[in-house]
Parts: sequence; structure tokens; C-alpha cells
Amino acid sequence: MKVPGASERPAIAPGLRLQWEEAQHSHVLLYPEGMVKLNGSAGAILSRCDGTRTVAEIIAELETSYNAQNLGHDVSAFIALALEKRWLELRP
Amino acid sequence: MSARPGPPLWLLLELTYRCPLHCVFCYNPTDFARTGAELDTATWLRVLAEARALGAVQLGLSGGEPLLREDLEEIVGAAHGLGYYINLITSGVGLTEARLAALKRAGLDHIQLSFQDSTRELNDFLSSTRTFEHKSQVAALIRAHGYPMVLNVVLHRHNIDHVGEILAMAERMGAQYVELANTQYYGWAWLNRAELLPSRAQLARAEAVTAGFRARVGNAMQIYFVVPDYFERRPKACMNGLGSVFLAVTPDGTALPCHAARMLPDLNPPNVREQSIRAIWYDSPAFNRFRGEDWMREPCRSCPERSQDFGGCRCQAYLLTGDAHQADPVCELSPHHHLVTEAVARAEAAPPRPAHEHVLRFRDHRTSVAVVPQPERLAEE
Repeated sequence: MKVPGASERPAIAPGLRLQWEEAQHSHVLLYPEGMVKLNGSAGAILSRCDGTRTVAEIIAELETSYNAQNLGHDVSAFIALALEKRWLELRP
Repeated sequence: MSARPGPPLWLLLELTYRCPLHCVFCYNPTDFARTGAELDTATWLRVLAEARALGAVQLGLSGGEPLLREDLEEIVGAAHGLGYYINLITSGVGLTEARLAALKRAGLDHIQLSFQDSTRELNDFLSSTRTFEHKSQVAALIRAHGYPMVLNVVLHRHNIDHVGEILAMAERMGAQYVELANTQYYGWAWLNRAELLPSRAQLARAEAVTAGFRARVGNAMQIYFVVPDYFERRPKACMNGLGSVFLAVTPDGTALPCHAARMLPDLNPPNVREQSIRAIWYDSPAFNRFRGEDWMREPCRSCPERSQDFGGCRCQAYLLTGDAHQADPVCELSPHHHLVTEAVARAEAAPPRPAHEHVLRFRDHRTSVAVVPQPERLAEE
């Protein structure tokens, strides 16, 4: 699994859609013929993957929002997993 | 039923039973020609709004051929505005450049295009139309509009040996998702079952070819090989249990807990013309009937796997045994499992013949009026 570089900008892959679903109290990722219900941290990460923020910026933002430190490893690992699953793609 | 069910996350609208194709494996009811008038636009829009308010989010627009509805763009636009993720399930017939552009503007998320085979000859024979060239052009159009290319090919005895060519065709078309869906025996496919069941050897070859193709292309193309459940030892977890996530509405407004449930006797499915989606989903006897486990009989009732497969498919249980409460006979623990293995054995024993020499009943209006009103038990044919 390829770990994304700190300056790369992940975005939701074309054809997929991320949205908040009130009925499920969670973010869901919608794709052809399926849906993934995301847990809180996955939703928090993916909702920041908009193609403008870099991986480093996403990590910094999450550390501020959740008043936590050293999230870098976990966030990068999840982004790598989401790239592998083709939920995300990298923008230059 | 104790726990309140979750929302109907997955909504399927069968907008019309009209279809330019006449596929021998169609799951639509064989008596579609006798059903009532199609819902009008306003009623479809009300269904969309009510289901979305309950939490529905995945929307399938199907049929018949949904492109035959002239209000399709309006329905897509309304659904998009409500926040649905919208999938158009189509043969591609009638999908012009202008129409595709209008659907895209309206907010259509993706398109699943069906092919019957990799060859013009068999595609056109199995659908009883000349559509292969047109479908190929539509595939190019879909890609040109930036949609992910999602192909669906229903497999059976007559095309399963072409899986390698079908996958090569999909690759040429730039498909990202390919569903190789072995025929499920409901509706017209049930009527033609003896002529459609593949042999075990055919199935094994097709799986090997698919595995080889997957190894070559990696994850550039996602291939779903839906195994025909007649060859399994355990049943599919049909609809994740009836009344758990899925709600279908047929062209005349009948609300069903699965595509085929209209055939179940005494189900008395509700109609969206008369009841709200909320009342239908939470309160109607039809949607509550097979929720939970109280309806189960042995061997399901005490089976440790009952919470994984929910006893399999109620329609298949009914078609094969005459009783929708039985275990799905696909399960080798079912006392009726021999009905499945015998059907497979009969198919194995039949000498190979080209498709056009078979007695296939094509899905058309005339045959629909003429055939049995409901797909009666044919297990002992």
C-alpha cells in the first residue's frame, strides 16, 4: 500500500459521492451499486479530502479540531487504504 | 418483530414494464402485460420525497426500459435535488446524445448498461432485437460524458462460454465495473430455466477465465462475478432479509420488499397510490411478514447461520416448494435441496444445442398475455 506524500491533495474519486446522512447519523460514501457507512474518524478524514487541502493540512486540521497530537500516521494510513479502495484519487 | 427496522436505504423504481428488448432471462413478472396503468409523474415524485425523508439514499431507476418514460429527466432532477445517488439501469436503447446530456444536467450519477453477449449475433438473438451496434455506440457516449462505465451482462448456458470475450469487450469499452450476473431464476428466466441453466463444467471454466483476467488487469477494472445460487451449498442473503433495507415500487405503484415478491401468495402488497411510504415500510403486513425470525421453519429456525442468510430467498422457496416459509432449497440443509440438484442434473444431461434451437420464451406482450398468470411451480416440468 502506497502512503501518500504530505504535499499531495486527495479528492473523492469521480463517480463517488460523500454525504452526511441524518437518518444514519453518519457520513456515507455512495458508489455504483453500493454504499459504505463511515465511522466518525473516517467521515472526518474523507470530508476534508476535497482536492484543495494537502495531506499535511488535513492532518493539522484534524489535530486542531480534535485537540489531539500525532494523528499523522493513522490519517495517512487511512488515506492510503481509501486510495487502494479507489474511494480517493490524488490531485496534483 | 421486536426491534424497529432501519430505514429503506435502497429504493428501486421500476418506472415502466414497457421495453424494446425481449430478453429470455428477464426477472419481470411474466404477467406484466396484465398489470395496471403506470404511475404519473406527480406520484413518482411524491414517492421519492417520502422515501428520502425516511432515509432512502441509493436510487435505482429501472423497468422495463426506463428511457421510455418521457419524464425520466424530471424524475432524475427531482431525485438529485433530494440528495439521492442515482443509478440508471438501462439497455441503452433510446439513449441519444441529447438525452444523455439532459440526464447529466439533471444530476444522474451513473449508468449501468446491459449487454447480452460479446457477439452481435447472440446479443441480438437473446434480446430478440438488433441492438448490439447501438449499445456499443451508447457505451462510447456514456464514457464521453464522463460517467464511469458500468457494464452488466447476464450469464447463462448460451453465453457463459464467452466470458473471456465479454471481458475483452468490456476492456475495449473502458469499463470500470463489470457485473457478470449469472441468471437468477424468476419471472421469464424461471419460465426458461431448463434452457438457461449452465453446466458445472461451464461455470468452472468461466470462473477460471475471470480469475485469469482479474490477475492481468488488477484493479483497473472491478469485476463482480455473481455465482448462480443453484450451484451453491448455502443460499444468498437475499435483500439482506426482506424489509431490512430494500424497497421496490413497480410501474403500477405496488410496493415490494424485493423485485420478485409480487409472486408470493397472500402477500397483498400495498400500493403507493393508497398509502404513504412510511406506512408501507413500517406498518404494512407485507413488509413485516418476513422481518425477524418468527416466520422461519426448521431447519432455519434453529440454524446457527440464520442471521447470516435469513433463510435465503422467499421467492425461490415458493417457486420450488410452493411454500414461501420454507428454507431456500439452494441450501443443502433444506429437505427440498434435491429439487435444485435435479434441475442442475437435467440441464447437465441435455445435449448442447445452439441457442436458436431451444424452446425459449421471449419476454413480449403477446406471450405475457398468453402464458400462465403467475410463474407457477415448474419444478416438476
